[in-house]
Amino acid sequence: MKLASNEFMQASSAALLEEDKAQRRSLIGQFLPLARDAAASAYGDFDGLRAHLKRVRRHTMAHLSHYLEQFEEAAVQHGNQVHFVADAEQLNSKVLSICQAHSARRVAKGKSMVTEETGLNELLLKAGLDVLETDLGEYIIQQAGETPSHIVGPALHKSLAEIRQLFLDKHTLGDRDLETVSEVVEEARGVLREKFLAADVGIIGANALIAEHGTSMLVTNEGNGDLCANLPPVLIVCTTFERVLPRAEDAMALQRLLVRSATGQPQTCYTSFYTGPRREDDVDGPLETHIILLDNRRSDILASDYSEMLDCIRCGACLNHCPIYIGVGGHAYGWVYPGPMGSVLTPLLTSLEQAHHLPNACTSCGRCAEVCPANIPLPDLLRDLRQDESVQQLKPARWRNGLRLHAWLLRHPGLYRNLTGWTMSVLGLLGKRRGAFRRLPFAGGWTGQRDFPAPEGGGTFMRQYAARRRRGGKRG
Amino acid sequence: MDKPHPKRKRSRQRRDVALMITCLADLMRPSVGFSAIRLLERAGCRVTVPEQQTCCGQPAYNSGEVDAAVPVARAAIETFEPFDYVVVPSGSCAGMLSHHYPALFEGEWHERALALSAKTWELTRFLTEVARLPAPRHKPLERGVTYHDSCAGLRELGVHQQPRQLLQEQCGVQVSELGQNQVCCGFGGTFCARMPDISAKMADDKLDNAVASGASVVAGGDLGCLLHLSGRARRRGLKLEFRHVAELLAGDPRGPGIGEGRE
Repeated sequence: MKLASNEFMQASSAALLEEDKAQRRSLIGQFLPLARDAAASAYGDFDGLRAHLKRVRRHTMAHLSHYLEQFEEAAVQHGNQVHFVADAEQLNSKVLSICQAHSARRVAKGKSMVTEETGLNELLLKAGLDVLETDLGEYIIQQAGETPSHIVGPALHKSLAEIRQLFLDKHTLGDRDLETVSEVVEEARGVLREKFLAADVGIIGANALIAEHGTSMLVTNEGNGDLCANLPPVLIVCTTFERVLPRAEDAMALQRLLVRSATGQPQTCYTSFYTGPRREDDVDGPLETHIILLDNRRSDILASDYSEMLDCIRCGACLNHCPIYIGVGGHAYGWVYPGPMGSVLTPLLTSLEQAHHLPNACTSCGRCAEVCPANIPLPDLLRDLRQDESVQQLKPARWRNGLRLHAWLLRHPGLYRNLTGWTMSVLGLLGKRRGAFRRLPFAGGWTGQRDFPAPEGGGTFMRQYAARRRRGGKRG
Repeated sequence: MDKPHPKRKRSRQRRDVALMITCLADLMRPSVGFSAIRLLERAGCRVTVPEQQTCCGQPAYNSGEVDAAVPVARAAIETFEPFDYVVVPSGSCAGMLSHHYPALFEGEWHERALALSAKTWELTRFLTEVARLPAPRHKPLERGVTYHDSCAGLRELGVHQQPRQLLQEQCGVQVSELGQNQVCCGFGGTFCARMPDISAKMADDKLDNAVASGASVVAGGDLGCLLHLSGRARRRGLKLEFRHVAELLAGDPRGPGIGEGRE
């Protein structure tokens, strides 16, 4: 997917002006946190489960090569072909070569953020393949020629009316109403079902890889992943190495956390386990299965101070709880992963230079870390990235210099006291009548959107306090 | 949040408290400082305002200029460590001292930061959990009040019920709750100037909820949020009054609210 994170400032300001979409986002930002909270408290010791999975994740990452070898061995034993690939290009060409080896023409895809990350569809389409997204949200945005705005609900930015019009334009099915959600869903289901049956290759992602069994786990609500996995003769699982977990029970712990954090459901409609191609006495299933494990700088992340980011289970809770994501929407972030997790991942998976605005799109409010099922200290990681931004001199110089000058001044209390004393006395006098300024020199960042409240008057607290003490009053 | 609780019974002995005034109260709203002193003295504390203090260093720290923030933090540790308690009329500055200072250092300074962390208190927590206020001497506040929970106080220090309890006990006020009161107001320190459009949108959501609460006074425990919200409210022409909770608790405030003139 094309990276446009450097346009965050313009894109986010533009997004704030789209009233319709902003209103829908605001509803999402109210509803999903309520659903998550209800599901978490109904579960019981949700925080205990979070802490448990965190320990499992940290353990797995510390012994990664062991578990990856175990996974590969078990998967190969079940007849899978396992491929480790270094970057996006390698993943894409591996998928293409598998498709070409089978003279495939039609590909049915389940939802996969990894293939969004690598831009797989574009390459396959260029090679003349017919690629169809089968997750309803992904299908909608593919038809509309858009990109996902949310990692769990890729089409959450679209209204029913927009989707209705899109289907009327794209599906040649004659006169029909399509007034209700169920009519729209029914139509998509009908259109998609035929495509599943005709597909030569199915591509899906994975929510977890179980090392002890060589099995991949997929969590969906639509069942489209199962159709992609079981109907076409060839299945390709595109995923990344940090999905690996030691045991099946660890994958179940992840699943319990994932669905409650993502949608507030106690259980998704489908939790599927894929262990390999059709065996002799199986009645259905793919004839050939591939598992592609992408690195794409994740090894670098693992070796860095940001390794906890690899604990992310892609639930989207940090997006739903982030007032900035809810304010500006996913597209403003300019790549595959938006919101707090995306603001950490995007600079790490691309470059900080191309995405350095994202770690600044954060007030350190801490709501993301509060709900993150993987207990990732997202605000701390974002602050660390802002530090890297400063070290790499990507921050506007006037900000950097201003902050450093301010910090220097803070270490010289006498000078600080004098400077602030005079400035605040003058501002207090000037602002006495109105109480606030509409404009102030050097404060455009503040006064562009708000008045600047005048100091209360009478000088700074420290001056007034010192004066009272001099007058000998015991009172503070 | 894991502070050694002073178990001994309330003795006649007065607690030695240093007031960390915070840079915003020092510069913009001195009455917050004087209110805090009055409250602490009423709660039986001996209050000192160390002269060497300036600011906790959050602007540089949160903006990624960590190496510039470290000497500021060191100076603050030196300034405040001689006291039994450090009380701060701000959740965000108290959070900086208690949660972020220890992470800035290793070795001896880390130990000193931890020791400071253990005796640093946000004002309303201190007044409910360490030194209790006696019954009020002033009249009940006959105004509708809503309360904005600042994020650092709420999430780093667990400040939520304490200011409400104090407003009830001291001012006879039942807080009219804001819708979405767990959501940030968009101040975020330098964020508000670096991304002003998003910040203003978040302020607008907060202000709309404040108007919907029916209250005429928006109280809070952090001047950063209150200055930002009052500035945005003035720009929009909203008739809301903004006050630090210390001002309300210390007695019927008569002067203008934050960002209001004397015209």
